[in-house]
Amino acid sequence: MKWDEFFVTGEPMIYASMVAIAVVSLAIPIGLTYFKKWGYLWNEWLTTVDHKRIGVMYILSALLMLFRGGVDALLMRAQTARPENGLLDAQHYNEIFTTHGVVMILFMAMPFVIGLMNVVIPLQIGARDVAFPRLNAISFWLFFAGAMLFNISFVIGGSPDAGWTAYFPLASPEFSPTVGNNYYSLALQISGIGTLMTGINFIVTILKMRAPGMKLMKMPMFTWSVLITNVIIVFAFPVLTVALALMMFDRQFGTQFFAMQNGGMDMLWANLFWIWGHPEVYIVILPAFGIYSEIISTFARKNLYGYKSMVISMVAISMLSFVVWAHHFYTMGHGVMVNSVFSITTMAIAVPTGVKIFNWLLTLRKGKIEFTTPMLYSLAFIPIFTIGGVTGVMLAMASADYQYHNTMFLVAHFHYVLIPGTVFAVIAGFYYWFPKVFGFRLNERLGKLSFWVIVVSFNVTFFPLFILGLNGMTRRMYTYSASTGFGPLNLISAIGAVGLAIGFIILVYNIYWSVRYSPRDTTGDPWNARTLEWSTHSPVPVYNFAKVPTVDSLDAFWFSKKNKTPLAEGAYEPIHMPSNSGMPFIMGIAFFFAGFFLVFSWWLPAIIAGLVILGTMAFRTFERDHGYHISVEEIERTEEALRGERK
Amino acid sequence: MKQLFPLPHVMGFVFSLILSLVALAVVYFDLSYTAGMTILLITAIVQASLQLLLFMHIGENSDRSTLYTNIAYALFVGVVTILGTLFTMVWGYN
Repeated sequence: MKWDEFFVTGEPMIYASMVAIAVVSLAIPIGLTYFKKWGYLWNEWLTTVDHKRIGVMYILSALLMLFRGGVDALLMRAQTARPENGLLDAQHYNEIFTTHGVVMILFMAMPFVIGLMNVVIPLQIGARDVAFPRLNAISFWLFFAGAMLFNISFVIGGSPDAGWTAYFPLASPEFSPTVGNNYYSLALQISGIGTLMTGINFIVTILKMRAPGMKLMKMPMFTWSVLITNVIIVFAFPVLTVALALMMFDRQFGTQFFAMQNGGMDMLWANLFWIWGHPEVYIVILPAFGIYSEIISTFARKNLYGYKSMVISMVAISMLSFVVWAHHFYTMGHGVMVNSVFSITTMAIAVPTGVKIFNWLLTLRKGKIEFTTPMLYSLAFIPIFTIGGVTGVMLAMASADYQYHNTMFLVAHFHYVLIPGTVFAVIAGFYYWFPKVFGFRLNERLGKLSFWVIVVSFNVTFFPLFILGLNGMTRRMYTYSASTGFGPLNLISAIGAVGLAIGFIILVYNIYWSVRYSPRDTTGDPWNARTLEWSTHSPVPVYNFAKVPTVDSLDAFWFSKKNKTPLAEGAYEPIHMPSNSGMPFIMGIAFFFAGFFLVFSWWLPAIIAGLVILGTMAFRTFERDHGYHISVEEIERTEEALRGERK
Repeated sequence: MKQLFPLPHVMGFVFSLILSLVALAVVYFDLSYTAGMTILLITAIVQASLQLLLFMHIGENSDRSTLYTNIAYALFVGVVTILGTLFTMVWGYN
């Protein structure tokens, strides 16, 4: 292989990125050495098994990826802002819409949701960590390895260019000869393994580690949504694992699973992809529903309306999410019977979702609503998401879908579902739980400003796409002629995209401003909230709860505040905690290199990296690590310091 | 040392490799369709039960209702995936 095939060449933007990457990779070690932070980074973050820190690292990575995917989006909107624009060529545009989709779904939405799960779930159920802390660290580092592997593709070797769905035969080596789609199969595979382990970890955590007295039907709604999400993860991700493995075999080892000849079936990829892909939609949306439930009930100062129906509708969604996948390819040529069945199941899934919308509205009814930033996002979510849902039912009708399929109408629909559904939710959750993790609130004025900029710009960006789609503009077109008349609406959409970028910049500025100037919260409960995570100090001590709380009702913390009864009694006892380990980090690096070498089919280095992975596993098999105990005196000292009684 | 050595697991691992090799033999030897499918079905069922019993510790759980819920959910997803794929890709395809 020649060097000019290894590096992507010929694009000024790519050269600028290369320079930026080189500068950043030099600046980080120099900065760490200058500020003497290597030890801090290694001991406090890279080797940590603490669920809160792992959650913070997930969310940080997700924010980084949000900006990576956001830049992709801006480039796409800039390219289509006027007819016959020459900013990007067709190949570059293909790569950008592909990476935008993959990055936003798998490396932004998923880790953001998993990050919030990590931070909140053990606290919300009164546990001291997740069930398998070491496995949790491995999950994170595998996700991170996958994300980084995917991201270097745009300077080394070329990015995948067959859409985030990577449909065959387009993604086959015959039609996509670059290594781009090898990156796709391997990066998704590596981070997918991490996600699968997260799924198992959180199911066990929620089922086995709840505080005494917290029956399943007394769990907070976010915990319920996460439990169901993780059940979906455990059952859906193996399908992706198999599909990606078959894709890798097809692309790199000459098998014919998805080929058009020799007994292969190209559409089988689309089928397998969406058997995972549709449940995946609910994997990112159900935790969002949980977050909204918590926030709406907190700031309406009421308990959640229809708790049982919320749980039942989520279980129904989890089952139905597995029987709707073919609605993603109605037009691929299967018969009337298949399309009718999937139309019906798809419309059926709107019913439990509608139940939830009514539950939130009835929770708000007669509540003393407080318009904080997280609440604003939750309130904006309801009408905007409903537009997304209703257009979804339009798309669900198979015969009508022949008109909408692959148009900008579809693009507008799923952005109207995913942005208010997932992105607003994770931002709302970010504002809501930020004081728990860092001990101070983000500024409300800046928060509300960025909220209004984001919500207005979102509609300016995506509403025109509905009309463009109905006018016949297909998705993934890198340019169009002036005579189509698509120009003005695309320009409006591009202006909206700039507004969205400004909104997110204000959000980041808010983080910076609040870190420096925001008043520190000493109560641990700045929102006057209802669930257990607010009963401990902020920032949360490493052991979470000095005494394990006992729960006898839903919203136990709320009633303990109201009735002035303590949640936990008795004396302090020594706390058993898991020790840190560098192994997950090393494993992540080994996975990254194994993936990288496999992308380029460099077998010998790939085998060596694979042996390193096996070595880390063997090491763990023979390792004896029983964790450590925090003594009663140390707990007392920490608690006094956190209460402000000792400096 | 003898008690520490996980003999059943090593045996199970070896046995699962043998089962995979037997299944692979279907490709290498010129077998009839029925014979090939029979071998594949038998090895698949033995392989699955080996994995479930030995490595996934099914049946070691005293909590029956959890076990049955898990199996029911797994069956639901498995049946939906396989029959659903056949339905969309083969039977219902024009």
